[in-house]
Amino acid sequence: MTTVSRERRKLHGWGRTAGSVANIAAPGSTDELAALIAEAGQRGVIARGLGRSYGDVAQNAGGVVIDMRGVDRLLEFDRASGLVTVEAGCSLDALVDAVLAHGWFLPVTPGTSAVTVGGAIACDVHGKNHHRDGAFARHVRSLELLTPEGETITVDPEQQRELFEATAGGLGLTGIVTRATLQLVPVETASMLVDTERAANLDVLLTRLTSTDHLFRYSVAWVDGRARGAALGRSVLLRGDHATADDVPRDTDRLLRARGRRLSVPPHLSAAPFLRGRPLNAFNELRYRRARSGKSIETIDQFFYPLDAIGNWNRLYGAGGFLQYQFLVPFGAEDALRTLLESFTAAQPVLVVLKQFGESFGPLGFPAPGWTVALDLATSVPGLARLLDDADEVVAGAGGRVYLAKDSRLRPDFLARMYPRLDEWRQVQSTLDPEGRMQHDLSRRLQLVR
Amino acid sequence: MKDAVGRIQRVLVLGGGSEIAHATLAALLEDGPLTAILAARRPDELETAALERSGASIERIAFDARATATHGDVFERAFSGADIDLVLIAFGVLGDQQRDERDATTTVEVAETNFVGAVSALTHATERLRTQGHGTIVVLSSIAGQRSRRSNYVYGATKAGLDAFAQGVQLALADEEVHVMIVRPGFVHTRMTAGLKGAPFSVSAAEVATAIVEGARNGTPVVWVPRKLRWVAAVLRALPAPLLRRA
Ligand SMILES: Cc1cc2nc3c(=O)[nH]c(=O)nc-3n(C[C@H](O)[C@H](O)[C@H](O)COP(=O)(O)OP(=O)(O)OC[C@H]3O[C@@H](n4cnc5c(N)ncnc54)[C@H](O)[C@@H]3O)c2cc1C
Ligand SMILES: NC(=O)c1ccc[n+]([C@@H]2O[C@H](COP(=O)([O-])OP(=O)(O)OC[C@H]3O[C@@H](n4cnc5c(N)ncnc54)[C@H](OP(=O)(O)O)[C@@H]3O)[C@@H](O)[C@H]2O)c1
Repeated sequence: MTTVSRERRKLHGWGRTAGSVANIAAPGSTDELAALIAEAGQRGVIARGLGRSYGDVAQNAGGVVIDMRGVDRLLEFDRASGLVTVEAGCSLDALVDAVLAHGWFLPVTPGTSAVTVGGAIACDVHGKNHHRDGAFARHVRSLELLTPEGETITVDPEQQRELFEATAGGLGLTGIVTRATLQLVPVETASMLVDTERAANLDVLLTRLTSTDHLFRYSVAWVDGRARGAALGRSVLLRGDHATADDVPRDTDRLLRARGRRLSVPPHLSAAPFLRGRPLNAFNELRYRRARSGKSIETIDQFFYPLDAIGNWNRLYGAGGFLQYQFLVPFGAEDALRTLLESFTAAQPVLVVLKQFGESFGPLGFPAPGWTVALDLATSVPGLARLLDDADEVVAGAGGRVYLAKDSRLRPDFLARMYPRLDEWRQVQSTLDPEGRMQHDLSRRLQLVR
Repeated sequence: MKDAVGRIQRVLVLGGGSEIAHATLAALLEDGPLTAILAARRPDELETAALERSGASIERIAFDARATATHGDVFERAFSGADIDLVLIAFGVLGDQQRDERDATTTVEVAETNFVGAVSALTHATERLRTQGHGTIVVLSSIAGQRSRRSNYVYGATKAGLDAFAQGVQLALADEEVHVMIVRPGFVHTRMTAGLKGAPFSVSAAEVATAIVEGARNGTPVVWVPRKLRWVAAVLRALPAPLLRRA
């Protein structure tokens, strides 16, 4: 019997939509995990990190959810080679704090540091350097997996390739990642050298990204989601690399992580009226016009995690919540990309970003060579369900897909079309979990597991 | 599970032939395909072609509201597949007031269907959804339950009982992600009221359906159809009894 206590509580994703009630267990060490998995009943069990996935992928209605945040020790760190081993509940934020001062940084980071290493592996998250460095799992040298049957195994990316690739992007359904060894990248400073450039429309944007992205380790474009017609896709390109010692003043502590002030949104403050219509248009206009071309120095937090400066910014959308629609279309499907961007202008997307992807990884991995766009949309947008269904149709028709880590509304009939290697993944997953112990709301909604 | 845009995938209808229920399914289908499990006394006779044309997959289960001892099995079957996002408790009989008020046998039949059967179904549904950790239950009450009237108190009393019971269930589920919605229509033009003189503020089954879909999406506890009936009911409750002898 486990001594880990349970709490019955409602959970939802970062978008604060479609929550559900689960029995939450918060173990303090990996020893307690096996017992929790063994107890999984009809409604199954799933791991949860920091809940930064937008939809229902880290919640399990009526079942058990294992809150991994307490399993977060840094176990080993080789300052010479940049190999670090951590428990899966360790946040990327804590990891940066631990290694940056020694001249190391994350090989891949999403747009928030408030994610766990386990969550980063389970969704095989990508960063602004995907076109060059691939996604998170490519930099994992080894991981430890507690399988659904309760066995703890070490998974080597080469030796247990099938299992490794099914776990990376496997949305927690191959078991619980308990620890991982990661290869960090060396940096000389805690600063970023950023190159800013405006693009007047989609054609200019895509041409610039195609012709010059290889010159930058990191690249992303902020797109004015309200611009239409000839200005459709007008954007600000933000690209760069870690600043070298020569780029920053000599007398400063080059590796000091200078975090700005953090604000927090009170529970019932809704900014929903300002996230649409004229205020939104004005903000976009300003954002575009004020972007100055040229080079500048930013902190890593400013460059990678601008939204982390405001805690709980997701509450700004009010009670109805919001969702993020992130899709990918392969290179060559630029017409589909244009159609999609056009179709969203009327839906008042609050935030739109676009970037290029490089090689794909694993049967359930999201990235593949092509263009990805992420749009934040208030769920109160009229006709949103239909609009997104139509978008799915265009995306699937173009040979693309949507990102399951952000999904909260895809229809199951689209899944196999978007993820052509789904059956391959199901094969590996069902061999590992014949009794169907691992479950979450998304796996049931999309009938991901057979 | 109800998704981020409020879409529902799988619905269980108890009283699978109800016109209000069919209109509700039609309204839900405007948002995309779904599976409807229709539980009815004669499931094979249900007319479902229109729903199927709109994208519904239909499953059928035999169900008699008055045979409460069999309800456990009915729910076991209904819930043996994927999760059910919405349970619609739509069965009911109007009865014949003039006959029922003097015939204990038929009065009991109305009470067994509308109250006992509904209370049984609601309890089973609540337990299932609690275990599931999510879901919505729609209970079809009626304005008739708000005040006894000379012309329909047998029916009205059964709805009053069901309404009160459902309000209690709402209290019990306050901390769960299970939403119980009480729907109180006035006069609805369906098979149930065919041949009766339409009352003021009468509505179509489609209007009730729209209100149900919207309420289910927003998590509304009580829905009046049409909305202004809420005020009509307030007046009705305040009227002195003698005035109700003829109403
Ligand atoms: C502001 C913001 C920006 C973002 N930017 C990006 C981005 O640029 N790129 C990107 O790819 N994503 C991005 N995301 C999404 C986020 O990176 C992923 O959803 C990530 O998985 C969240 O990690 P988490 O620890 O919060 O995991 P959770 O959201 O708690 O869980 C996500 C999944 O991981 C599984 N999981 C968690 N821990 C474990 C474990 N130990 N073992 C097995 N499975 C586990 C869960 O079961 C679930 O399926 C962003 C999210 C936000 C809020
Ligand atoms: N119409 C109105 O004016 C109105 C107003 C307020 C509330 N309501 C309520 O709304 C609900 C739906 O009514 P409706 O207008 O859609 O009427 P309806 O079309 O007549 O539907 C009622 C259904 O209940 C079923 N039923 C009756 N007794 C049953 C039993 N013992 N077991 C299983 N099913 C049984 C009937 O099925 P069979 O084919 O087997 O008889 C019928 O399909 C009812 O609860 C009603 O009381 C109606």
